[in-house]
Amino acid sequence: MQFGLSESQQILKDTARKFFAGESPIAAVRKVMETDTTYDAALWTKLAEQGFTGIIAPEEFGGMGLGKVELILLMEEAGYALLPGPFFSTVALAGTVIDACGSPEQKKKYLGRIAAGQARATVALVEAAGSWDIESLKISSAGNKLTGTKLFVTDAAVADFVVVVARDGVFLVDAKAPGLRIEAMKGMDLARKIYSVEFNNTPAEALGNPRGLAGALNVATAALCAEMTGGMQRTLELTVAYAKTRKQFGKPIGIFQAVQHLCADMYLETESSRSATYYAAWALEENTPDASTSVSVAKMYASDAARNVGNHGIQVHGGMGFTWENDIHLYYRRAKASETMLGDATFHRERIARQIIDEASSGKKKDHSKQAALASR
Amino acid sequence: MDLNLSPEEIRFRDELRTWLAANAPTDWDERREESMETRFEYLKRWQRKLYEGGWAGISWPKEYGGRGASLMEQVIFWQEMALAQAPPLANVLGLGIIGPTIIAFGTEAQKKRHLAKILSAEEIWCQGFSEPDAGSDLANVRCEARLDGDHYVVNGQKVWNSYGWAAHWCELVVRTDPNVPKHKGLTVLLVDMKTPGVEVRPLRQMTGETEFNELFFHDVRIPVTNVVGKVNEGWGVAMGTLMHERGTFGAGLQITYRRNMERLINLAKTTERNGRPSSEDPVIRQKLAQCYAEIEVMRCNQMRAFSRINATGVPGPEGSIQKIFWSELNQRFQQVAQEVMGPYGQLEAGDEHAIDNGMWAYGYLRSRGNTIEAGTSEIQRNIIGHFVLGLPKSY
Repeated sequence: MQFGLSESQQILKDTARKFFAGESPIAAVRKVMETDTTYDAALWTKLAEQGFTGIIAPEEFGGMGLGKVELILLMEEAGYALLPGPFFSTVALAGTVIDACGSPEQKKKYLGRIAAGQARATVALVEAAGSWDIESLKISSAGNKLTGTKLFVTDAAVADFVVVVARDGVFLVDAKAPGLRIEAMKGMDLARKIYSVEFNNTPAEALGNPRGLAGALNVATAALCAEMTGGMQRTLELTVAYAKTRKQFGKPIGIFQAVQHLCADMYLETESSRSATYYAAWALEENTPDASTSVSVAKMYASDAARNVGNHGIQVHGGMGFTWENDIHLYYRRAKASETMLGDATFHRERIARQIIDEASSGKKKDHSKQAALASR
Repeated sequence: MDLNLSPEEIRFRDELRTWLAANAPTDWDERREESMETRFEYLKRWQRKLYEGGWAGISWPKEYGGRGASLMEQVIFWQEMALAQAPPLANVLGLGIIGPTIIAFGTEAQKKRHLAKILSAEEIWCQGFSEPDAGSDLANVRCEARLDGDHYVVNGQKVWNSYGWAAHWCELVVRTDPNVPKHKGLTVLLVDMKTPGVEVRPLRQMTGETEFNELFFHDVRIPVTNVVGKVNEGWGVAMGTLMHERGTFGAGLQITYRRNMERLINLAKTTERNGRPSSEDPVIRQKLAQCYAEIEVMRCNQMRAFSRINATGVPGPEGSIQKIFWSELNQRFQQVAQEVMGPYGQLEAGDEHAIDNGMWAYGYLRSRGNTIEAGTSEIQRNIIGHFVLGLPKSY
């Protein structure tokens, strides 16, 4: 058993850390977040050159064909850098849904363009009810045409196509399709913009295998947890660095236990989020029986942890943490947006409850001995 | 990253699982009403059986009667013990802490004299570390040992000692030099509990039990041949010992938590809230799921920590998150259990209405000790602050 990263996984993570630090430092993030879309075409080209846009896409469609663990390592570093723009929406969200739900021809057409860095994409799911529960959706297709409004759609304004989750399937809508109207919503995350997307008798292409949706959203959720973990790591580091240098009463404030213990809790929650997220990615890769639950465990934990880590980080920074010029609020803002995205802690707790309370009583006798191995297998 | 067990690990697990299925007693839980002494004799017999089967002290080197088990095999051992609901080990301190200390620091004569009897539970061991003024600040030990010929004469007091009432031997930390900085004047002695001047007084705790004792030493004469390691270098010996305590044992704890969780879910299905089973109440569902998830996160954290120990050879200071995690999680879990049971949660063993013969009332009270024993949560957070995050030392 080896929970640690393999050599090639560690190299990937280190490479990503260096790449993001060099190509998208926080000063650049601040610049691009003042634009309407936070999309930087030059940065996108470089992401594609690194192969990052095709990290998880199968090789036959022009991707690198790497696994879920590699995907989350890359997303963790993107989160650490507060990477702006549609990378998560395109690669982790739309890319995985198309890979899981598309026919071979659709994958070739759409996934190939994503992998090559030629197209941006996103997924539209949530409606007015504000819920990630597929059962709550109202929009259905009528003869392959969509009508209705989706909300909280990330990066829709720069998407070349939008993957739409409807009651009766998963559809693909071209950004230039008639009857499509995209309007900015004023979300808290300044580095990832959200939009309302309105369809009015808009032509849509049904993806061939909509049953793949749940699995794909699990992968996207694990990737989001990784991004959140990266953000927590950066928040922790900024905070510890500040506690070592800021002096009061003639001493660095980090010498006081009231401050140290806040930092210790930030560390505990960051590391625990990382453990749960890595496990979820591995469970998805291996398709273990607890894979879906492990994703909910990770998202539930990370959703609360990201907020707590931010709360503590701002508190330790004192007045400085409350200023616009300090970077910590940029991470805090994303933490809140990510907390609700793909389901908040309450949503995932109910999902866990269905699996451990309701399913366990529906006659599926749990085999205790199978839980013996560390990996629940 | 590969969390699957290797073929050798699976072979080890299956061999142990088969042995436990044939040999582990299943009636331990039913003996809660028996006296402490009777229960302890039972545990000694159980350890003897493990010893004869070759399963006691598996982490010890083969030359000292162990199996030289790898870290992962130790993890599997504790998991399988918990899965089989096997009774605990009578000589848990001897096997987990004191034996390894004697192996690492002891003389050949000490090894020959003690190790086999630790494995077989013929001799039970306890530790004399904490004192009234040396708790979190362990180096502040005052219990003194004065050299008199070829003996040390020990005077002082120890507290929070487990198993003292049953122990034949004690690993004792004493001050041999009061004139040097406090970490430097300490020595570890092996003390025969039958030596004149040793007194054990049970300490009744808030659960009503007497898990712990006070030890008193009045002019107790200990041969100098019973020093472990070097004189005045006892701090290193004692700390090496404590590192073992934060080892693989937690792997079994996680499985015990998981079993308690399943038990609580079943209870939630049979108790009522607002006219329907508690398990259908949205608030209770949220709380149960939260506990379940935290127990899972504990497992993920453990796997990462064990992997790291495997790779680097030593548990790092980041092991401190494990202690905080399991102790605070158990307190939250016990409170949720109380909420599921409502007024029944308070009923202690012996009450005819008590659920599971009062195990939940006991668990609730006992969990308050979790964030204190084996290093308080505050000390653990200090360790993370200073040794992991590099913040200046606060004390």
